[in-house]
Parts: sequence; structure tokens; C-alpha cells
Amino acid sequence: MKQKQMKSKKSTVSGDSLMEQLPLQKTCDLLRHRVSQLSTPPQIHGYDQERRQLLDLIRRTGTTGESNSALLIGPRGCGKSMLVENVVEELMLDKEIRDNLLHVRLNGLLQTDDKIALKEITRQLQLENTVGTKVFGSFAETLQFLLDALKSGSHSSKPILFVLDEFDLFAHHKNQTLLYNLFDVAQSAQAPVCVLGLTCRLDVVELLEKRVKSRFSHRQIHLFNNITLGDYTQLFISYLSLPDHFTDTKFVKTWNKHIQELASDQTVLGVLRRQFEFNKDVRSLQQLLMYPVCCVNENHPLLLPADFVDGMKIQTTDTKSAMLHGVSILELCLIIAMKHLTEIYDGELFNFEMVYSEYRKFAQKRSSMQVYEKAVVLKAFEHLIALELVKTMDGSGSRVQKEYRLLLLLVHPSQILDALQKYPNCPTEVKQWAQCSVI
Amino acid sequence: MAAMEIEEENPVKNISKKISCRNQQIKTLVSLIGQREQVAPPTLFLYGHTGTGKSLVINSLLQTRELPHVMVNCVECYNQRFMYEKILNKLQGLRSYMNDPDSYLKCDNMNDFIRMFRQVCEDRGLTKQTVYIVLDKAECLRDKEINILPAFLRLQELTHQNVCVVLMTEIVWEKFRTGTGYCEPYILNFPDYTKDEVLTILTEDRPEGCEADFYSMYLNLLLSVFHMVCRDLREIRYLASLNYDQYCQPIKTGDVLASDTRKLWKNIEPHLKKALQTVYLREVSSSQWEKAQQETEIGETPSLQGLSSRNHVELPYYSKYLLIAAYLASYNPAKTDRRFFARNSGKVDRRAKLIKKHERTSNHMLGPKQFPIDRLMAIFFSIVEGKVSPTANIFVQISSLVSLNMLGQVAGDDQIDTPKYKCLVSLEFIKSVSRTVGFDVLRYLYDFV
Repeated sequence: MKQKQMKSKKSTVSGDSLMEQLPLQKTCDLLRHRVSQLSTPPQIHGYDQERRQLLDLIRRTGTTGESNSALLIGPRGCGKSMLVENVVEELMLDKEIRDNLLHVRLNGLLQTDDKIALKEITRQLQLENTVGTKVFGSFAETLQFLLDALKSGSHSSKPILFVLDEFDLFAHHKNQTLLYNLFDVAQSAQAPVCVLGLTCRLDVVELLEKRVKSRFSHRQIHLFNNITLGDYTQLFISYLSLPDHFTDTKFVKTWNKHIQELASDQTVLGVLRRQFEFNKDVRSLQQLLMYPVCCVNENHPLLLPADFVDGMKIQTTDTKSAMLHGVSILELCLIIAMKHLTEIYDGELFNFEMVYSEYRKFAQKRSSMQVYEKAVVLKAFEHLIALELVKTMDGSGSRVQKEYRLLLLLVHPSQILDALQKYPNCPTEVKQWAQCSVI
Repeated sequence: MAAMEIEEENPVKNISKKISCRNQQIKTLVSLIGQREQVAPPTLFLYGHTGTGKSLVINSLLQTRELPHVMVNCVECYNQRFMYEKILNKLQGLRSYMNDPDSYLKCDNMNDFIRMFRQVCEDRGLTKQTVYIVLDKAECLRDKEINILPAFLRLQELTHQNVCVVLMTEIVWEKFRTGTGYCEPYILNFPDYTKDEVLTILTEDRPEGCEADFYSMYLNLLLSVFHMVCRDLREIRYLASLNYDQYCQPIKTGDVLASDTRKLWKNIEPHLKKALQTVYLREVSSSQWEKAQQETEIGETPSLQGLSSRNHVELPYYSKYLLIAAYLASYNPAKTDRRFFARNSGKVDRRAKLIKKHERTSNHMLGPKQFPIDRLMAIFFSIVEGKVSPTANIFVQISSLVSLNMLGQVAGDDQIDTPKYKCLVSLEFIKSVSRTVGFDVLRYLYDFV
């Protein structure tokens, strides 16, 4: 598909001057594709043993008709789906398996109940022809049909690979019917199936019912991101460099050389180290590369260290401080009053009346500011609640006036002081008041 | 080359020309979005205060470049089904169900949505272009089914299609995370406008036949009153258009020259301060405000009556006393009842006074306390004049006060024998009620004695 896109572009573009722009254009497309969710990584890093295990498992189902089940467990963005897709892709190169193995992909986010999941399975197994209009029959009917179809099979029938993404969500279905049936088929001598569950919950086995758990093979494959900073830098290079056969070799050579230089640049290394210390999964690297990659165009043909610094800055802004930057001075005063109340009363809840009296004490005694009347202050206060910087704590059942609702401040004092430093034209007295609560 | 440059460069300049003070954001967004066929970031999360131009920038960007996009307001789609159908049918180019009921797509779960989305994209020939789904007021997505937000965040992966989901909201991203986590979106901040930027933007939409300098002078005066309290651009714009006529009034009548800013300021300042207490709080509507302005022109005293000054409610005689009794029961500690309401109350000793000093006004600070109906009736019989028999009428009046939302019933274990209540009216209100029956409520309130 990629190739086709390239070709179509080539045909629309004409003129000699464009020919030298073309490699850059193609590079942009490739890199953007890599940092998106559509991509598979340019090279697989680590997971050798897990990969072999998985490959072996699926191959045995595909060739010998053995039924298996396994769970892939690992944190978000550690490459679970990538690994499965990659293994399946490799197995599909084998002609015997390609003709033989059926692949059913399910996702806990999409198939939110067993009924939808069952319809999806029949659809993906292309059983609609056999069932005719019965796909849209009742749940029990479809289940019965599917089970019959699976049961009537033996070792010689086509094996099916079930991949259940977000496996923990399937465990929340009613009675876990789908899981029970899948594991049951996998355990008894029926059609050969391989059930692979992908999840990021370590305690996922505890979610299963006893009867489901006993049918599960308890084969768990753990994927942990145990990469070092060196690996991370290598990953960075492999994400940004071009394959050899890409366009004219000269361009590829200069580009890759530039990437190598970039990877040894101190600024870039600093950014990478910082990101690595936050989060070392591949997704966060993709996020980090997003901005620099998107910046590349004709006027800006090379990646610069400054782009990475900018990208990092966008990624790491403290969101609450950024929101505090935009509130009015009155609202800022209220937040400071709330901060003092929380500090004085040691984290106890407060209400608007207390905040207002604290504010009035300050405004009357210490500042030259106008003291606003209660209704105006209340409007500012409700804005803060709408921004969810303050949260009401009493249950929905209790009915009290707005002024007496119990509240909790959701901003850390350091964030307030941080925001005050950046606040444009902040009155000095407000700054001093924020530092010390004594009036 | 030239054609490509036009597509690349001009939109930024064009849009920046139309939208002032958002250059940096437009530049970042344009570079992230890239060109038509290029893969865009899977999700963009734009946050910032209201009136910082989030929708404006995204809308004009997508519209001027004519990119395939769907705008959905999440408040409207209180049901997931509405949301899916809206996206699919808008993408299909359908205006409404009524025009073409046959080709109206129906979809009620995420699974079908993904399948139909790919189908529609194929039908419309959008497979190679980036399709944008813009979800405004994205904070409402949190209250919907639990799978919607994570599924939209990985829509690109689920559909295998070049699609970009843009979420716009006022709430920061941290408040969206739940459960086992999501695919993180690319987060962009829309910072607030500075005072100068507000001035530039508002000067652009000045009324016709008005000089920029003169109008920005007026805005300066306006902001000096309102900027401390309000940063919302829309609110300030509304107030600016509402008060401009008043500002120009002395010039029209010929009392003051247009260049005499001091006199104009003296003229407008009390007016603006009044507006802060009335129009800004929506105590009076804008039409009332304009009417009042015309009245002052003629020379009459304006008859502005706000919503809150109308807190005078006609109540039956005993209801008034019941309400007063409820207020006293809510805001007085039970142990002081004897002092206030018993016939021969003892003197307050010095120590009690000392204690009282510490917790002065604390009851009005903490809010109403609950009380049992027995205490309410005891206080009621003590303060009401003459002999009242506890008939059914009296008890009906209590429950009608509850339905008027002046008393609130507190959930407790015993609902029939001794129900408990809270008084939910303000001090101002109870003062005006007690004035009508000639009862001095402050004398009986612990906080004010």
C-alpha cells in the first residue's frame, strides 16, 4: 500500500526541481507513519525468548492441531500486540500454516458483551454463508451453532487462533460465558484452537471465575520493559533512520549519518535521558519524536536538537500550572486562601464561607485591592469548581446551599507558587500573602 | 513545487491573518497535521480556558484546507448511539435523517462503528486522506460508557485507517485517566490571552465609524474594572458592547470632547462598577440594562431590580414563624436554647462568655446543623405569639416548606416519628421574613448576641 501511495505521488508531481524534493517528502511520510499507531517498529528489540515461546506455541496449533492457551502480560506500550502481530506475520510466510490457520482478532474495547463478540467471531470466521441470516439470530442460537461447528471438528479440522486484546475487559462480561467456552474448547478434544489473551493487569488470573480458571492452562508470558538507556538510544536511531533500499543511496547515507550525529549530540541525549527516566516504553518515545518529525519540511529539511527540546517542552508542561496561569486575580486570591485554609486546618475540608472570610481579611487589611462583594466572589469560585481545581466532597444526596458545600483543593501548594512566579502582573501583596498565611 | 508551497504555506498565513494572537498554536497544529495524505498524530488533546480559540483555530484550519472532518459536541450526544450515528452520517455527507431516511446509517455499539467507519471511508474515497474527528467538550466522554474514551484514543490502530481524533476541553488530561490507563494523546495547551492580546482582539470588532484609538481607550477603561475579576473573552466582549453607548453619551450631547478621557472616565466609572454587580452576575438581563440606560438619559431614576433583591416570598403567618424557628434551630447550638427561650433564663457567666468569643460566627461559617422536629416545635411555641395548638395544619406547613426548598429533610433512621430537618435559607432572607412579623431575629441568634 505504501508503495502504491508513493507511485501515485510520483505521477502527480512533475518538473525537474521537484525531483530533489522527493526523497525528503518520502522520508516525511515514512517517519510520520512510524510514529503513528498504524506502524510496526522497524526492528524488534529484546523479547527473544518470549518470541520463540509464542512462535512455538502458535506453530504447534497450526501444524499439529494442538490446543493451547496463554496470557501475555505486560505494562501498556511494552509491545504485546506488536509481538503477536509479528509472530503471526512470520508464521504466515509458511504456506502450510497460511492455508491452514484461521485468525480471529477480538478487542475488549469493541466487543463489550458476549453477544457482540459472538457475532464478530462468526463474521471473522466467515460463517455467515453457512448460517445465512442466522448470524443475527438469538445469542443462544449463535453460541450453539458456533459450538457445534467447533465440536464437530477434530484434530484434522482447521485450527483457529483467537487473539483477545484487553483480555481483562472480557473477564468482566456476565458469567464469563465467552471465556468459559473458548477455554473449554481449548481443553477438550475438539477443533484445535489457540487462545491468546493480551492484558496489562498483573492480577488478571484472579479476575477469572473458578471454572474458567481451571480450564486455563496457566501459561503466562510476561513482557517487561527491561531496556537500558543505551537500548533506548538505539531505538531512537532505528526509528529515525531510513532503510537502505529506500530512495537514492546518497540521500539515505546523508540522512542516516545525520541521525547518527544527532544521537551523539549532548542536547538530544539529555532529552532522551529525561524521557527515559519518566517512562521507557516505546509509545512515549513515539510521542517524543512526534513533534520533531512533524516539523520536517522543505524549509526545514533536517532534524535539529532544538526541535527535540521544543517537543520535550510541549510534553512536560505542568498542566495545572498552565491552567492556573489563565485564571483572574480574584480567582488566584481564592486559591491562595484555600491553600492557607488547608495548611492551617491540616487538610480538613472547607466551604465557601470560610474561603470568603479569609479572602476578605486579606483584602481589607493587607491590600489596596477593591473588596468584591460576595456574589462576584461566588461566581469566580464556581468557575474554579467548573475547572475542577476544587472538588465538592459531599454526596449528591445531601442538599445544602452552595456556600456551605464541603470542598477539597486539588492543587498542590508548590504548583500554586510555581504559577504565581509566572503569573503576568501579579500584585506584590498577593505574592507575599501566598508565601505566608499570617495576616 | 509552487502548488505544494501554496498548500503548505498559505493556510498558516491566511488563518493567522484572520485569527490574531494565536500564531504559535496555529504553526504547531499545521505542522502536526501536515499534508492531506500524510499520517497525522492519532490523537490531539487541546486544553485551555473557555474563549482561548480552541474551536476557532481547529475549525478554520480544517475548513480552509477543506480536509474531511466531523465536528461533534459531546454534550449533545448523551447516548453513545447518537455520537456514532452523527459521526458516520456527517462523514457520509448526509445533512439530516429527514432528507434521506434510506441511507441513514444506524449504529449502536463501538464494534459496528469501527466496521461502518471503514466502510464509509472506503465509499467516500477517503482511505488515503486523514479523516479528522473533532470532539468538543470532551470532558463529557468520561461520564459515558467506560470503553468509549480509550477506543477513541486508539481509533487509528483499531480502524487501520489514517484518522486523527481531536479532543477539546477545559479540564486537564490528568483527570481523564482511569483504570489501567490509555494510549496517551498528544497534549497541546492553548494559553490564555494576555491583557494586550485581549485589547487587540476586541479592538478588531469595534462598532462601525469608530476610531481604533478611541475604542481601545474605552476598552482600557473597561478592563481596568473587569480584568481583575474576569478573564473570559466572551464575557468582556459582551460587556464592552453593552456599555459602549453609555460611554459615548456625553460626546453625543456635546458635554465632553472625544479627546477628554478624564471626564469620560469619571462619567463611565460608576456605571461600570454597577455593571459588575448587576449585568455580570446576570441579576438583570441585558435588555433591562439597556432600558435602564435609556431611562437615565431621559433623567429618570433607573428602576433596576435584580433577581436576588426579589427574595421576598409571601408565606402564611405560621409558616413564617416555623421558618424562623427552623433557622434558629439550625444556627444555634442546642445547649443555648434554654438561655434564649426559657422564661427565666439565667445570667451568662464570665467563662461562658470567654468560650463564646472563640467560636464567634462559627455557626454561620460552618452552615446549618440538623435538628429534630421536637426542637423545632419547642422553639416555635416559644417564639410565636398567642396559643397555637399543634394541629395537622401546622405539620402540613412544615412539609410544604420542605417542598418549597426552604427546609431540607435529612435522611435518618426514623423518618416518621422524629424526622430531622435543616434550614436552607440565607440570613438576609430570614431577616426580611422576620421583619414582616415584627420579630427581631438577631436578638436570638447565638452568633450575633
